[in-house]
Amino acid sequence: MKAIRRIGGALWDGGLWALTLLFLANIAGVILAVLVNSFATRWFGTWLPAGFTARWYAAAWDEFQLGYLVTVTMEVVFAVVGIAILLGVPAGYALARRDFPGKRAVMLLFLLPLLVPPITYGIPLATVLYQLRLGGTMTGVILANLVPTVPFVILVMTPFIEQIDPRLEAAARVLGAGTGRVFLHILVPLLAPGILAAGLLVLVRTIAMFELTFLTAGPDSQTLVVALYYSVFAAGVRAGQSVDAMAVTYMVTTLVWLIIALRFVNPTQLVTRVKEQPRMA
Amino acid sequence: MAAVETNPPGRSRSDAWSAAKTAGADRTLMLLVPGALVVILLFIYPFLYGLLLSFAPKAGSVFANYRTFFTTPRLRDTIATTLWIAVPATLVNVGLALPIAYRMRRNSRWQRLLTALLVIPITLGTVLVAEGLLTYLGPQGWFNRTLIDLGLASAPVRLTHNYWGVVLSLVITGFPFAFLLVLSYITGIDPALAQAAATLGAGPAARFRHIYLPLLAPGLAIALCLSFVQAFSVFPSAVLLGAPAGPTRVISIAAYQAAFEDYDYAMASAIAMVMGAVQLVIVAAILALRGVFYRGPAAGGKG
Amino acid sequence: MRGARAPAPPREAAPSPAGGAFGELRLEEVTRAFGGAVALAGLTLTVKRGEFVTLLGPSGCGKSTALNCIAGLLPVTQGSIWLDDRRIDVLRPEERGFGMVFQNYALFPHMTVRKNIGFGLAMRRVPREEARRRVDQALALVQLAEHAEKLPGQLSGGQQQRVAIARAIVVQPPLVLMDEPLSNLDAKLRIEMRTELKRIHQELGRSTIYVTHDQDEALSLADRVVVLKDGRVQQIGTPEAVYTRPANLDVARFMGYRNIIPLAAAAAGEGGPVRLTGAGIALRGTAQTPIGEGPVLAAIRPDDLELDGGADGFEGRVESVEYCGRDYLVDLVTASGLRLHGRSLRRVAPGDRLRCHAAPSRVLVYPPES
Repeated sequence: MKAIRRIGGALWDGGLWALTLLFLANIAGVILAVLVNSFATRWFGTWLPAGFTARWYAAAWDEFQLGYLVTVTMEVVFAVVGIAILLGVPAGYALARRDFPGKRAVMLLFLLPLLVPPITYGIPLATVLYQLRLGGTMTGVILANLVPTVPFVILVMTPFIEQIDPRLEAAARVLGAGTGRVFLHILVPLLAPGILAAGLLVLVRTIAMFELTFLTAGPDSQTLVVALYYSVFAAGVRAGQSVDAMAVTYMVTTLVWLIIALRFVNPTQLVTRVKEQPRMA
Repeated sequence: MAAVETNPPGRSRSDAWSAAKTAGADRTLMLLVPGALVVILLFIYPFLYGLLLSFAPKAGSVFANYRTFFTTPRLRDTIATTLWIAVPATLVNVGLALPIAYRMRRNSRWQRLLTALLVIPITLGTVLVAEGLLTYLGPQGWFNRTLIDLGLASAPVRLTHNYWGVVLSLVITGFPFAFLLVLSYITGIDPALAQAAATLGAGPAARFRHIYLPLLAPGLAIALCLSFVQAFSVFPSAVLLGAPAGPTRVISIAAYQAAFEDYDYAMASAIAMVMGAVQLVIVAAILALRGVFYRGPAAGGKG
Repeated sequence: MRGARAPAPPREAAPSPAGGAFGELRLEEVTRAFGGAVALAGLTLTVKRGEFVTLLGPSGCGKSTALNCIAGLLPVTQGSIWLDDRRIDVLRPEERGFGMVFQNYALFPHMTVRKNIGFGLAMRRVPREEARRRVDQALALVQLAEHAEKLPGQLSGGQQQRVAIARAIVVQPPLVLMDEPLSNLDAKLRIEMRTELKRIHQELGRSTIYVTHDQDEALSLADRVVVLKDGRVQQIGTPEAVYTRPANLDVARFMGYRNIIPLAAAAAGEGGPVRLTGAGIALRGTAQTPIGEGPVLAAIRPDDLELDGGADGFEGRVESVEYCGRDYLVDLVTASGLRLHGRSLRRVAPGDRLRCHAAPSRVLVYPPES
C-alpha cells in the first residue's frame, strides 16, 4: 500500500517535471527559431540554415525604420508608466487604508478593465478617440494604454500598502511630521519597492500591449509590436529573415527591460509572502 | 415624541456624514478620484457610448445589428469558434498551472529559475510568439523535425494556419501567466497550516484537499477568469497562426473587420457588446462556482 | 536526504488510536544541522508517560528545532527518536499521531472552531457520532462550547489559543507538543492560560513537551526542565534543581542570577563550601562543580543578597531604587566599584550605605569561563 503510494508520488513528480521541461523546451524552440532565422542566409528543409549573416538587420533597420519605432515605443511606454504610477499609487493607498461605503463598487470599477479583454473595450474606445481626433495620435495611444495600467498599478499597490503597518505613519505624526513629511520620509521609502515593481511590470506589459495600441495607433504612433504584427501579416512582402530581424529587435527591447525588472521584482511577489517555514519532511 | 419627529433633515444628513467619517471617509478618499476618472472616461464612457451606438444601426430598427449578428452564421458562429478555442486553452493552462505551482510552492532555487523563465513568453506577447511558432511549428520547423526523427510522425503534422496553431499559442503565453498567478496565491498561504494538518494526521493528498484547495479557491477562480479573458480575446495569433477566414474566425476578428474594414462602427460595437456579454456570463459562472467553497483569506493563518 | 531508512512500520500502526498505550519517548543523540550550522547537537532525553517536559532557552538555542524534529516537520540529521521500541524519526508527521500547538496557532481560517477541532478525528476516520461527542468534550474542556460555529478570525487571541489546544488533544495523542503557545498573548492572559494548561494537563495526563523562552513559564508548568543553549543541553532537572542549582553559569544567568562576581577561591575543591575573596570583599560560597584555587565566578540572585545582613558581609552604596510592590529592587556599588543587584523589603534611598550578606548555600561558585 505504502510502496504503491510512493511509486505513484514519484510518477506524479516525474510527470510534472517532464511537462515543465517540455514546455520550457518549446519556448526555447520558439525564441531560437526567430533568432536563428534572423541570421540565416537561406533556411529551408534542414535543421540549421545554410549560412549565417547579419545583413538582415541592416535591411530591417532601413525598411522598417526601426530606430524611429524604438523611439516611439519608449516614449509611449514611459509616458504610460509615469501617469499610471502617479494616478494608481494614491488610489491604491486610499483603498488600502480606508473603509467606506461603496468600496466594493470602487474595487469593481478598477477590476473591470482588467477583466474585460482589451479588444472588447478597445473598439468602442478607439471609436471615441477617433471622434475626439485623438485616434491615430501618440496621445490617443497613451490614453488607451492607461485603461488597463492604472487599475493594474492599483491592484498591485493595494495589498502592498496593506502590509505596511499604518502605525508607522501614526508614529511619524506623533513625532511631529506633517502630511508632507510623512509622505516624503515614511511613505515614499516604504512604497519605493512596490512602486518600482509596479512600474517595471507596467513597463514590460505596455511594450508588449498589442491590441489597444493596434486599434488606436496611426502610422506615426506605431509601437514595435504593432509594426511587427503588420509585417508578419503581410508575410511575403519582405524577406522572412528581415521580419525576424525586427522581431529580434523587439525581443531585445523587451527582454532588456525584463532583466532589469527581474532584478527588483519576483513576478509572484505581487501578493504578500508568508515567511517560509523550515522544509517539511 | 414631537421633538423626534421634528428633527430637521439636516441632522440625519450630518449623522450619515459622521457615520461615514468614522468609517474612514475623509480627504484620503480624494486620492481615488484621478484613477477613477481615467477608468470612467476611458473605459465606462466608451463602453456606454458603444452600447448606445450598437442600437443605432446604419439601417433598420434599433435591434437590427444584434438581429444581423445572431441570424448571420458567419457572425453568430464566431462565439462558438472562440469558445472552442478559449475554453480548452484555459482549462489546460490553469489545469497545468495548479499542480506544477503546488509542487513548486516551497521557495527554492528551482522555483525562482522557473518563474524567471516563464515570464519570458508572457513578456514577449502573442505577436512575437505567433511569429516564432510559424517557424517552429511549420512543416519544416524544429517541432515537426523532432517528431519525425523520434518516429512519432511519418509526415509533418500541420500545426499552423489552423485550430491547433491558435490553441498552442494560447498555451505558450497563457500557461506562464496562470502559473505565476496560482503560485502567488499558493505561496500566500501560511505553510504552518499544512504542517498543523500534517501533525493531525493529514497525508499529502488530504493536506491539498482540505487546506490548500479551499484556501486557494478564490485565487483559482481569479486565475480561471483572467486566463479565460485572455484566451477569449485572442486576436493576433488567430489571424497570424490560424485560419482567420474559417476555423479560427474568432469574434474579435469579426468585430475588427466590422470596424476597420466595413467602417460600420455601430455593428462593430454590437459585436463588442456580444463579446463582453459572453465574457460576463462565463466570469459570473466561475465566480458563482467559487461560492461553493468558503472564501477564506488567501494569506490565512494569522486568523 | 535522510540517513538509512528503517523499514517502514505497517500503516495501521501509525496514528496511535488510544494515546494512553505508550510508555515513553526517547530521543537518542538527535542532531539537526542546516547546511553547515548545527542547530541541535546530540539531544538525548527520555519523556516518561504523563510527564510535562519544558525545553527552555533563548531564541536560537535549538528548542524549536528539537520540537520540529519530534513532530516530524524537520528530518533529523543524525540520531533517532523512539516511542517505546518503535523508531519514529523515519515516519512522516501525519504518521506519528502527536498533537501539536503552534506558536501562531495555525488554525485553519476557512473552518469553524468545531471543524478545526474535529480535523484530526476526520483524518483518522473516526465515526461521525463519536467525533461529534469528542469534539464536544474538547470544547467543554477548553470552555468554548458557545463558540463552536465561529470562524477562528472571530475569536480573541486567548480563545484561538484554546482552540489550538483542543485541536491538538482531541485526538488523544500519546504526546502533545507545544511551541511557545503563550508568546502571542498579553501578560495577564498568559498567566491565565498557564493555569489553564496546567489544569488540562492534570485532567488528561498527556505527556507534553513544551518549548518556551520564559523561565517563569517553564518553572511553573514543568515536571522537568531541559535548558538549551547554542543547540546543546546545559542541564536537565526538576524546576527546583534548575532554579536553585544551575549546572553552569549560562543556566545561572538564564535563571536570573544577575550578580556574577569574579573572585578568588582560597582552596581547590571537588565542590561544596569554599571561601572567596577579592574585589575588596570576602564571601563564603558553595562550589557547584570542581574548582581550582584562584579565579572563580560567584553567582548570586538579587533575592538572595540580603541587605542589612548583620556584621559580616560588606558595605555597598545605594545607586538606584525601583519600587516593585512587594519589595524594592536596589542597585548598589561597593567601595571597589563592584555593581550589585539586591532586593530590600524596607524602603531605602539612593546614597544610603547598606551591609550586604548572602547565605553560603546561595552563593554558587563556578570555574571561570574560558
